[in-house]
Amino acid sequence: MSLELRNVSRTFDGKTAVQNISVSVKPGEIVGLLGTSGCGKSTLLRAISGLDNDYDGDIVINGDTTKGIHDTTGFIFQEPRLLPWLTVLDNVTFGLKGKKEEKEARARQYLESVGLSGNEHLYPRQLSGGMAQRVAIARALVTSPEILLLDEPFSALDAFTKMQLQDLLLDVWKTYQSTIVLVTHDIDEATYLCDRVIILRGQPGEIDREIIISDQRPRPRGSERLASYKAEILDSLDLNKR
Amino acid sequence: MAKNLEALTSGQLTGKAAAKTNKTKRNNGKLKRVVLGSILPVILIVVWELLSRMGVFPSYQLPAPSVIFGTIVDMAQKGTLWGHIGITTYRVFAGFVLGTVVAIVLGSFVGFYRKAEQIFDPMIQAFRSIPSLAWVPLFILWMGIGETSKITMIAVGVFFPVYLNIVSGILGVDRKLIEVGRMYRLNTFQLVSRIILPASLPSFLVGLRSGLGLGWMFVVAAELMGASQGLGFLLVFGQNMTQPEVILASIILFAIIGKLSDWVLKIIEERSLHWQDRMVKS
Ligand SMILES: Nc1ncnc2c1ncn2[C@@H]1O[C@H](COP(=O)(O)OP(=O)(O)OP(=O)(O)O)[C@@H](O)[C@H]1O
Ligand SMILES: [Mg+2]
Repeated sequence: MSLELRNVSRTFDGKTAVQNISVSVKPGEIVGLLGTSGCGKSTLLRAISGLDNDYDGDIVINGDTTKGIHDTTGFIFQEPRLLPWLTVLDNVTFGLKGKKEEKEARARQYLESVGLSGNEHLYPRQLSGGMAQRVAIARALVTSPEILLLDEPFSALDAFTKMQLQDLLLDVWKTYQSTIVLVTHDIDEATYLCDRVIILRGQPGEIDREIIISDQRPRPRGSERLASYKAEILDSLDLNKR
Repeated sequence: MAKNLEALTSGQLTGKAAAKTNKTKRNNGKLKRVVLGSILPVILIVVWELLSRMGVFPSYQLPAPSVIFGTIVDMAQKGTLWGHIGITTYRVFAGFVLGTVVAIVLGSFVGFYRKAEQIFDPMIQAFRSIPSLAWVPLFILWMGIGETSKITMIAVGVFFPVYLNIVSGILGVDRKLIEVGRMYRLNTFQLVSRIILPASLPSFLVGLRSGLGLGWMFVVAAELMGASQGLGFLLVFGQNMTQPEVILASIILFAIIGKLSDWVLKIIEERSLHWQDRMVKS
């Protein structure tokens, strides 16, 4: 599913958070949004999701410019946001429609793919942070969203779980060819996952540059090529003081 | 293969045994708590009984525990006890239900609609600052000394804590969870039933429990001001007849029934809020 932003700006009470963002995302592309804190990444993602409709400009999802939440969009928030009164299984089936057995069968399948089979009947309070985030990921993926928005989905996790979940995301992407927009603070994550990294800068945030990473996946972590992309990104963020 | 099976069954056995010891451990813990909690009251009652027998407390002012207990048993045998308990419980229950229903209706209205909040809340807050017992004379004037005025009074007492907790529960629902619902395109009704109601349930139950507590307080006031039956009536009766054992018997019965009804709510609370991540005191 294609996604296009045309001159999108968002102003909060007279203060502009992002301005003139134009991006065109091809179906099945993984785009990373990178930028310093407060430059409007979350704001942009919320506008794409339809949770926030008070932006200027157009957001076109598969040719459709109507504002609002689309059926085909899934959002993985920065926090798990599980409903604490539902079990893991019920949390995952939460957004599904149809017969109970079918919903649960589907949910179980996704719980298995995030490595959580056997934990269906636990409540969120009984989960570790990484488990909870994996449930949230399963909950977003189970609806097979054609557009998947992720706001720093792995940032609260330890390095090891993080890598596991990044690979899981790639697996899912391979199977469903979802279009993915990923907000991240982690440059290694961006170079590992994305086809294209968009760097936002300034306040109000504007697109500073785009870096295209066309390397074949799976990309070897810590390879020199990824390191050179990282250096390029750090340069454009002005963090690589020589 | 056989070895595997053996390992499996023995594993199961130890599992079961562990569960069992766990259970006895839990029961032991409960027992310990009960014992610990009873030490002081038992000592107090024994000392009181002894001092009464020795004549330290004049019996026309503070009768011995055994006398009070005898009074209760006596009333139970004569059958009058059940009438008193029954009518008092009925009043609390009726007032509790009435107050809760009104609180739910108004509270949800005010919680869900900002306009309703702006219209109703200031007035309700103003009424709240009136001590509810101050209404008593007015209610009697309006409705007489019958059941209606008593139940209305109890309902007024129950209303405020339930209402306040419902409103704060609804207003306090995490916006982040509501956004999850919106992402799944729930309509307003589904948002309310699937997210807002369960999320505000804990607060509602807190309101119910404190409402019930107030209900018991208000039934005393209601029955003090005029009743021919009920535990509150026993208080007045004991005072008029200078029978402190009747007064104390009534107080003890209030304590027991009040505790029992709170216990019922507490069980309901634990059943419906088992998902909550709460601090467990050690
Ligand atoms: N609801 C809001 N009301 C007012 N201002 C807001 C609101 N949301 C965001 N902003 C402002 O918009 C700007 C961008 O915020 P945003 O959350 O998009 O940043 P971000 O790039 O996601 O930062 P971070 O990396 O720290 O998450 C900030 O200056 C913030 O103060
Ligand atoms: Mg953000």
